Amino acid sequence: MNPLVDLPNATHDASMSLQDVTVELDGYMALTNVTFNVDAGTLMGVVGPNGAGKSTLFNTIAGLLPVHQGSVTLNRVDLHRGALAYVPQRDSVNWRFPVNVSDVVLMGRCCRLGWFRRPGKKDRELVRECLCRVGLWDYRSSLMTELSGGQRQRVFVARALAQEASVLLLDEAFSGVDAGAQEILVEVLQALRDEGRIVLLSTHDLNNLSRRFDQVLCLNRHVCACGAPSQVITPAVMKELYGVQFSMDGEG
Amino acid sequence: MLRALVGAVLVGVMCPLLGAYVVTRNLAFIGDALAHAVLPGMALGFFVGINPAIVAIPTGITVAMLVRAVSRRAGLSADTAIGILFASMFALGLMMLSMSSSVDIDVEDLLMGQILAISPTGIYVSLAITGVVILGLFVFHHWMLFTSFDPVGSQVMGMRTGVVDYVLLALLALVIVIGIQAAGVILVMAMLVIPAATAYLLVGRFISIMLMAAALGTAASVTGLYLSFHFNLPAGPAMTLVATGLFVVVASFRRRVFT
Repeated sequence: MNPLVDLPNATHDASMSLQDVTVELDGYMALTNVTFNVDAGTLMGVVGPNGAGKSTLFNTIAGLLPVHQGSVTLNRVDLHRGALAYVPQRDSVNWRFPVNVSDVVLMGRCCRLGWFRRPGKKDRELVRECLCRVGLWDYRSSLMTELSGGQRQRVFVARALAQEASVLLLDEAFSGVDAGAQEILVEVLQALRDEGRIVLLSTHDLNNLSRRFDQVLCLNRHVCACGAPSQVITPAVMKELYGVQFSMDGEG
Repeated sequence: MLRALVGAVLVGVMCPLLGAYVVTRNLAFIGDALAHAVLPGMALGFFVGINPAIVAIPTGITVAMLVRAVSRRAGLSADTAIGILFASMFALGLMMLSMSSSVDIDVEDLLMGQILAISPTGIYVSLAITGVVILGLFVFHHWMLFTSFDPVGSQVMGMRTGVVDYVLLALLALVIVIGIQAAGVILVMAMLVIPAATAYLLVGRFISIMLMAAALGTAASVTGLYLSFHFNLPAGPAMTLVATGLFVVVASFRRRVFT
């Protein structure tokens, strides 16, 4: 079963650059001198232990946190038109608020509508296409709380598609998502990457999926390493990142 | 009697419509606070001889805006800011009423509501509010869904989430003015929360909860009015207890499950 349907879409060529970014949170340095670049069409995994500043990094890129020092540059991105999409961590969503799958994807159209327009037929058609792309059209009327963790993530990805986002940030995208569903999610994200979008996905546990990222950023308050998985996922970096010796299964 | 019936239907529909947001966004405390905080406005209305409901509208909206400003400025939690404003405005209102011994005001009517004696102006005010609120809910529906469900995501998208929240609170303040005339300062809370909570247990999607809450609210307010008329009971408490009865029946065999 291949849920990915061709969707005519504008090509995306955003790029992102962080220069010496330092972020202070409640008096401590959550991020220090973070520097890295991401080109259009990159699927980047951001890995690091809990408290390494992954969410801080995403919140900073998203403009939710002020930059203490340094700069975040997003090229060819119109922030006011929803070019940046954020897939929230599980606990930043109000699950008590009962919306169904279509409602959530339709939210992605808000930024295109302006204050006094309601979504029309074209918007609903786009919602259908986006849900087909992530393989969840059959679940369109299900409540979000009825879905599994992986399905919820895919709904949020569909929302980012409806938003026509060029940059996607997925914070702790794998938490509460089983291995098979992680696989499906990565496949969907790879297809988005192929359209030139930038996809950043953070995860605290490193697994064999990490090798499917184009780039891996190892973060522990500072950048420990950044590059292709084969160059970055080494025992030395892992020791710096997690502070313990890792056995590197499958490592040549 | 016809006026009272129209008033009952308006309160039965409008309070539960906003109540759906109140129960899903934990706004019960601010709803209660707004109801108490409009008291000085109503007292002022009595002094200057304007229908109290008219003066209550700007008072409620001002307090709703102040909550956010106070909590931001002082670095306090919203709950604390609400507590401060709620108590002080209510105290101010009671003070104003006690100073006006010359004006003939039944404080009990203000606190308990007096739908059987609602004036034509009161009905016109309620009708106007109904129009504005329904328009607001319709136009901003998708924005409100987004900020309610995923506040962070909506902010990242570039939405002015603060504005949407202010609009929601202003609409809440408006329906509270309808509710106060029928159920009084204290029991307006019942019409905000109970029908919506009942609907929350019965149906799934948010829009269904709104509609179901409005249906249950109307059933409760009209039945309560009927009971109050025929058995000479106070209308506000009668409506509240009918709504509670519906809730108890539903809650005894339904519960909402979260994962």
